[in-house]
Amino acid sequence: MIINKKNIEDLSKHISELGEIKGRSLWYDARLRFLKNKAAVTSLIILSIILIFAFLGPLFAQWTNEEIDWAILGDISTLGMPSFSTGHFFGTDELGRDLYSRVIQGTKISLMVGVVGALIAVFVGTLYGAIAGYFGGRVDNIMMRIVDILMSIPYMFVLILLLVIFGRSIFMLFVGIGLISWLDMSRIVRGQTLSIKKKEFIEAAVATGVGNFSIILRHIIPNLLGVVAVYATLLVPGMILTESFISFLGLGIQEPNTSWGALISEGAGTMRYGTLWQLLFPLFFFVVSLFSFFFIGDGLRDALDPKDR
Amino acid sequence: MNLLEINNLKIVFETPDGLVKAVNDVSLNLANNESLAIVGESGSGKTQLVFSILGLLAKNATSTGSIKYENQEILNLPDEKMNKIRSNKISIIFQDPMTSLNPYMRIRDQMNEVLIHHQGKSKSDATKQSVRMLEAVKISDAKNRINMFPHEFSGGMRQRVMIAISLLCNPKIIIADEPTTSLDVTVQAQIMELFKDIQKEFQTSFILITHNMGIVADTCLKTLVLYGGKVMEYGLTRDVFLNPTHPYTIGLLETMPRIDREYDVLKTIPGNPPNMLNLPNGCPFSNRCQYKINDCIDLQPLIKTINNQNHQRACHVLPKEFNL
Amino acid sequence: MKNKILSVHNIKVHFFTSKQFYFPWQKREIIKAVDDVSFDLYEGETLGIVGETGCGKSSLARAIIKMIPIASGKIMWMGEDLSGYNKNKMQKIRREIQMIFQDPLASLNPRMNIGEIIAEPLRTHYPKIMKNIIKDQVKEMMKKVGLLPNLINRYPHEFSGGQCQRIGIARALILKPKLIICDEPVSALDVSIQAQVINLLKDLQKDLKLSLIFITHDLSIAKHISDNILVLYFGKTVEMGLSRELFNNPRHSYTKKLISSVPIPEPNLR
Repeated sequence: MIINKKNIEDLSKHISELGEIKGRSLWYDARLRFLKNKAAVTSLIILSIILIFAFLGPLFAQWTNEEIDWAILGDISTLGMPSFSTGHFFGTDELGRDLYSRVIQGTKISLMVGVVGALIAVFVGTLYGAIAGYFGGRVDNIMMRIVDILMSIPYMFVLILLLVIFGRSIFMLFVGIGLISWLDMSRIVRGQTLSIKKKEFIEAAVATGVGNFSIILRHIIPNLLGVVAVYATLLVPGMILTESFISFLGLGIQEPNTSWGALISEGAGTMRYGTLWQLLFPLFFFVVSLFSFFFIGDGLRDALDPKDR
Repeated sequence: MNLLEINNLKIVFETPDGLVKAVNDVSLNLANNESLAIVGESGSGKTQLVFSILGLLAKNATSTGSIKYENQEILNLPDEKMNKIRSNKISIIFQDPMTSLNPYMRIRDQMNEVLIHHQGKSKSDATKQSVRMLEAVKISDAKNRINMFPHEFSGGMRQRVMIAISLLCNPKIIIADEPTTSLDVTVQAQIMELFKDIQKEFQTSFILITHNMGIVADTCLKTLVLYGGKVMEYGLTRDVFLNPTHPYTIGLLETMPRIDREYDVLKTIPGNPPNMLNLPNGCPFSNRCQYKINDCIDLQPLIKTINNQNHQRACHVLPKEFNL
Repeated sequence: MKNKILSVHNIKVHFFTSKQFYFPWQKREIIKAVDDVSFDLYEGETLGIVGETGCGKSSLARAIIKMIPIASGKIMWMGEDLSGYNKNKMQKIRREIQMIFQDPLASLNPRMNIGEIIAEPLRTHYPKIMKNIIKDQVKEMMKKVGLLPNLINRYPHEFSGGQCQRIGIARALILKPKLIICDEPVSALDVSIQAQVINLLKDLQKDLKLSLIFITHDLSIAKHISDNILVLYFGKTVEMGLSRELFNNPRHSYTKKLISSVPIPEPNLR
């Protein structure tokens, strides 16, 4: 059978009746590999449960997060324990507020901080790093030196300064965390861009006449997303830890809003009174979520292994 | 007694996409001071075949059959015992000279490592022998060059260094896996001359793996043609080249343009290289073969000798049916 | 009488070594990748550029389409002098000169399916074309290079090396260029596939009146496909002439050395 035009045209007329064959993209392959990783899938399920808890939990709450239960106030260490009869499923904190609702609120805020921080890092960091890496030369130099300078400023100092000047608000928290989070990402993306830039399909795009920004958006960034996704999922717990630390110091979220860090801080302070539930419930959510993010990040890294790209 | 005897070797890889039968029932012999060429393209199994001789296969490979070196079974030998053979009795030269040498070690240290490990030599003795070996592979100013790093050498010179390393313990067999594929044509000619000289001087047996029929013709006594993990043809080089009896061998010889000939249109072997996850039940070449009959697709052709003891082929169709 | 489409005069391509730190008054070391090369190319013809590593053939190819800057010299394409052209002016030229690359799989973006890959030149130069017209043209091109059109949604890693190179050729052809520069297009392919791709290129050349610049280190292939041959050595022209003449009667000693180094698959009886 010699391949010539007529044969192909006959064959194709026959086969086009069968329709176009679906392609199997590399993302599809990666998804299959990810789903085979039990730890990662379990973590995904656990995180989803926590998320559902954060949104649907309030439906079951019998107290709001601000209400003080005067009945218990006198004797929290015995009456404030977790029970179904008082409606305080997780017990109360030392001011008599329902811990269940406060943990839900803490979950919402901490997760939001983590995710928003990671998203800012992804968008700003990826674009910045890809542009620096692609254009190279002086542009790259200047852009990366700016990153170096910003990185060398002690972020705690800046964050605390911002919080002191503008007051303690969630908005400021996000701004501060966003300002830090994209720096690392931009370095990583720039490094990846440098190696992708050398590949032949980039050369082919240049030879075709594709414009610079189209190359960055269409050719470079899609081939970076693997690394970005892995790093972003590992950033989220980092963000949560940062926020928790700030709140632990007493500088972050303002009452009556709360976060895991703030709750853990309070709980740690009242441990000697025997009210261990005040520490253990927020700590449990905190630790389980962090572990889940780490396992998912690991799973993503294995699934997107460059060997199989 | 044959120096190396491989009988009914089968290598199967377990992959997430399925089983890959990389090598399917391959048998060959190598005597003292003999040279064998293994010719094949991607998917033929040629590299896996020689890796199995030295126990270099990946962990997801299962090998069955027999590989005997000097009548001793070495297939699936544990590492401690295999290490006595590696580089000592059987050594290997890999394809890419750019990555076979450690960029952080001086040439002298990489060469001495072999001698110190296998022969327990002192550093100064080892260095002396290494210099001698570098001179044997025609590297000029070897005494000074030996202290350099790999990146200071060109591709051709690095390959010579690899050849020198492979010769250090005076092995009985040297395996060269596509040694000249990444080299320029003039350098390739020099390296092939070097192989011929080494054969004469050190009386080593050679196994040369390549897809380049040109370099086989003048350097190897026997040729084994592999496709899709199976032996297609096996015999003396001059028989296989001047009197090919398998459609794949014939196709290979016809499809490569020769510099001493002129062509209007190049003859092609239609189709694509074999999909090792989905080989046909019969002959792996059947879906590209212009002489195929019904049996070829379903039935594996057995290896039969023709003419004399030395020429073997695996094909259902008789040579006289080929309209050459 | 055939038209002269490309005329290259005294091209020089220099690279600066970036090894050490240079004080402003120090002269920087130059690598002369291409050192004074000239040639002409006519419509429908194939020029084979041969040489070994470091001879400058890849640099020369990229310099012609201004992917790398030229230090001096003129490039005349269809009578226009490209040497002074900036990026905008080169856009129009890029429709007429295309390129195919050595590593077939690496020259395709692994995240795009082949329909998108082949369509990209069209979308870049003619952004207003309707989607269904683009699809039709892509399928036509796939048929022309011997690929089944219903594979249009597949991704590069689902194809063999030879098929990937066909995809690369389809992408290069979709703008109906006059010249295709082929940078070692078959070196990374299996031997049994090389002839297929070479025959395909020759057929397309006849069909579409294409000119080809064919860069290779494989002299046998160069001899078969080229009308004229240019032999390079360390950036300089060693010999240039009609293919048949050059191979039957090489004049320069380097050319002779090259030709005699090519192994012939015919054993002398041992």
